[in-house]
Amino acid sequence: MSNAETKETTYKPTSPNSKLDFESVWEYAPAPQDSDFAEVKDRYELFIGGKFVKPSKGRYFKSTNPATEEEITEFAEATQKDIDKAVKAARKAYEGEWSRISAKERGKYIYRIARMLQERAREFAVLESMDGGKPIRESRDVDIPLVAAYFFYYAGWADKLEYAFPGKKPQPYGVCGQIIPWNFPLLMLAWKIAPALATGNTVVLKPAETTSLTALKFAELVKDCGIPDGVVNIVTGAGQTGAEIVNHKDIDKIAFTGSTNVGKIIQKSLAGTDKKYTLELGGKGALVIFEDAPIDQAVEGIINAIYFNQGHVCCAGSRLLVQEGVADKVIQKLKDRLETLIVGDPLDKNTDIGAINSKEQFETVNKYLELGVEEGADVYQSKCDIPENGYFIRPTLFTNVSQSNRVVQEEIFGPVLTVQTFRTADEGIEKANNTPYGLANGVWTDKGSKIFKMSSKMRSGVIWANTYNKFDPTSPFGGYKESGVGREGGMHGLAAYIKN
Amino acid sequence: MKYPDFNQTIPIDEIGVNERVSRLNSRSIKKDSKVQALKLALSMIDHTTLEGSDSPGKVIQLCKKARQPHSAIPDLPTVAAVCVYPRMVGVAKKELKGTDIHVASVATAFPSGQAPLSMRLQDTKFAVSEGADEIDMVISRGAFLNGEFQLVFDEIAAVKEACGDAHLKVILETGELHTLENVRKASDIAMHAGADFIKTSTGKVSPAATQPVTLVMLEAIRDFYYETDKMIGMKPAGGIRTAKQAIQYLVIVKETLGAAWLNKDYFRFGASSLTNDLLMQIVKQQTGHYQSLDYFSND
Repeated sequence: MSNAETKETTYKPTSPNSKLDFESVWEYAPAPQDSDFAEVKDRYELFIGGKFVKPSKGRYFKSTNPATEEEITEFAEATQKDIDKAVKAARKAYEGEWSRISAKERGKYIYRIARMLQERAREFAVLESMDGGKPIRESRDVDIPLVAAYFFYYAGWADKLEYAFPGKKPQPYGVCGQIIPWNFPLLMLAWKIAPALATGNTVVLKPAETTSLTALKFAELVKDCGIPDGVVNIVTGAGQTGAEIVNHKDIDKIAFTGSTNVGKIIQKSLAGTDKKYTLELGGKGALVIFEDAPIDQAVEGIINAIYFNQGHVCCAGSRLLVQEGVADKVIQKLKDRLETLIVGDPLDKNTDIGAINSKEQFETVNKYLELGVEEGADVYQSKCDIPENGYFIRPTLFTNVSQSNRVVQEEIFGPVLTVQTFRTADEGIEKANNTPYGLANGVWTDKGSKIFKMSSKMRSGVIWANTYNKFDPTSPFGGYKESGVGREGGMHGLAAYIKN
Repeated sequence: MKYPDFNQTIPIDEIGVNERVSRLNSRSIKKDSKVQALKLALSMIDHTTLEGSDSPGKVIQLCKKARQPHSAIPDLPTVAAVCVYPRMVGVAKKELKGTDIHVASVATAFPSGQAPLSMRLQDTKFAVSEGADEIDMVISRGAFLNGEFQLVFDEIAAVKEACGDAHLKVILETGELHTLENVRKASDIAMHAGADFIKTSTGKVSPAATQPVTLVMLEAIRDFYYETDKMIGMKPAGGIRTAKQAIQYLVIVKETLGAAWLNKDYFRFGASSLTNDLLMQIVKQQTGHYQSLDYFSND
């Protein structure tokens, strides 16, 4: 089925009723980011024991650019034998050189990785956008700078662990199996690898099958930085490969970021073993906007909460809860703001919303769009042009929805926002908490005391006040309820890689 | 028309405003869209001289530059207006006869506004009688900061009346208002009192125009338009010297208010040295080379 057909068979965007006209006589010319300098090989092997090795079964899978549907490269499929090899390499490195060198030396390697990432920042940004569909504005200004920041941050802790955990002799677990998602490929790698190395563990990491490119580029960088062989191993593959990691007997700890469904499967398979685990799972964050909020800035906050990274954000604010008195105003402004979002080529510097990460996810989001309409929601989409090829979805609002709708309850993981109203703070809190998830929420008000009240009563790991989707290496991140177990980032993130 | 209670403050989050501005600044304007923006910016300039030393000779030169910004490129747009003190309005008017370049005059005891209202109105009427098409007035910042919002409102309304058919630009002097919330409130007062344009600064106080202040004023204009259907113009003035800055302002206007405001009837730059930088960039786009400033007239 061609992509164009799918788009035709969904539904037409409603025509905006704005008084403002953003179809200007002055349009921005294409401003493509130069990408020729970023080298992509025809095929990538597995990175095990400091070497690139062929997969034991000789199988490879294709990786496509979601913005063009063209194949970029192919990755090796790691099977049980390969995972075993990778774990052995990690074990050997852990028991060998990596535990013998001083903590200070360990820190030096991590600092070196951080610096090398900074030096090649633009290359990584371009590849991240090509492989995953995210706009270059984000990979360049958010993802890659944060990747370097996380490595720098954890490098600093490497020789200061006894200060982080006073009265303890902090000991690493050993070999960590790490499985990361496709929404922030290199950033999730950094969240996993940086604290693991800083605490003296070795790792076997599996990137998501649709976005493995930057992880393998990272493997090249690891090789260049001279860190002992086997400390970092990167294996590629899909769910089965992940399961091999989870079930491998010689892995001490599993760190997973991904969907709640897979998280539950992992938790089941780990039951009865002595493996430690941290899980970062899904979310359905609420954005609570009070009447006394700075409205124009709140609207901008909503944009950052749900349309950042095409809505492929586990902590995305996908449910807008707006106080009745300002609901019409906020919705009107939000609709106008949607008209100025530019959807298209991820490598264009002016693109705000890039491509949906994969065909599979594109279909999932479209199913939810249809479901919302079936459930009786009013749908609003911006009238922007979208490219003919590739997986693109216009930024979408569902109004006239309630808690009982599936589009309000379930994580869509796309550029789709549901809008509900509330009357009192208590009602806002109740609606915000009425979800199996508890990863992140946002609150907008001019009143400090209201922020404290809301943040003490909303059940989520992260609460942003008058802003959204802000990340910093010093800050712990993680969820309540079905959004996960454990914390990453900050000192909490170190604790997740230290024996109790 | 329903007037809001000006004692109520509309909250503005400064951090959010700055973030929005920096996101807008990340737009990359290249090739055709850059050339178009440069010419558009040129057509929106209020070419200005506001010095104690202004003489008829100086104003005549300014007007000639306004009519023909750069002789090497004949098909350029002219600037929107020249902006002078009331005493120079007659000179400028004569010099610009037969063109559609407006003569704008500052009035109301510019730049401080510290004269009795009767004299400020006299000042305005004089400028209008000399032929000014547009009047740039200053608000009483002292009264504003003192909470006398009704007084500020009444004064603007009185000046508006004194303007007759001339367009009224109300200078808020945002550098003296200190908070974005004050900027928002002064914008609302000015628009409700009859301003055709709201303007950031006199150029005599630092900081003059800034992008966060401009964004807040454009958002005030947007809210006013949502409520009343009336389009108010915007003029940042002072401190805008480079073509790059000018293009950033145009992006802010485009993405806040849309196409209807992207013309000289609704958006102006109050500037003097901006003109030559725009010309230099236009020449660069045409020839691929930067020319020395010696090739651009300094009027």
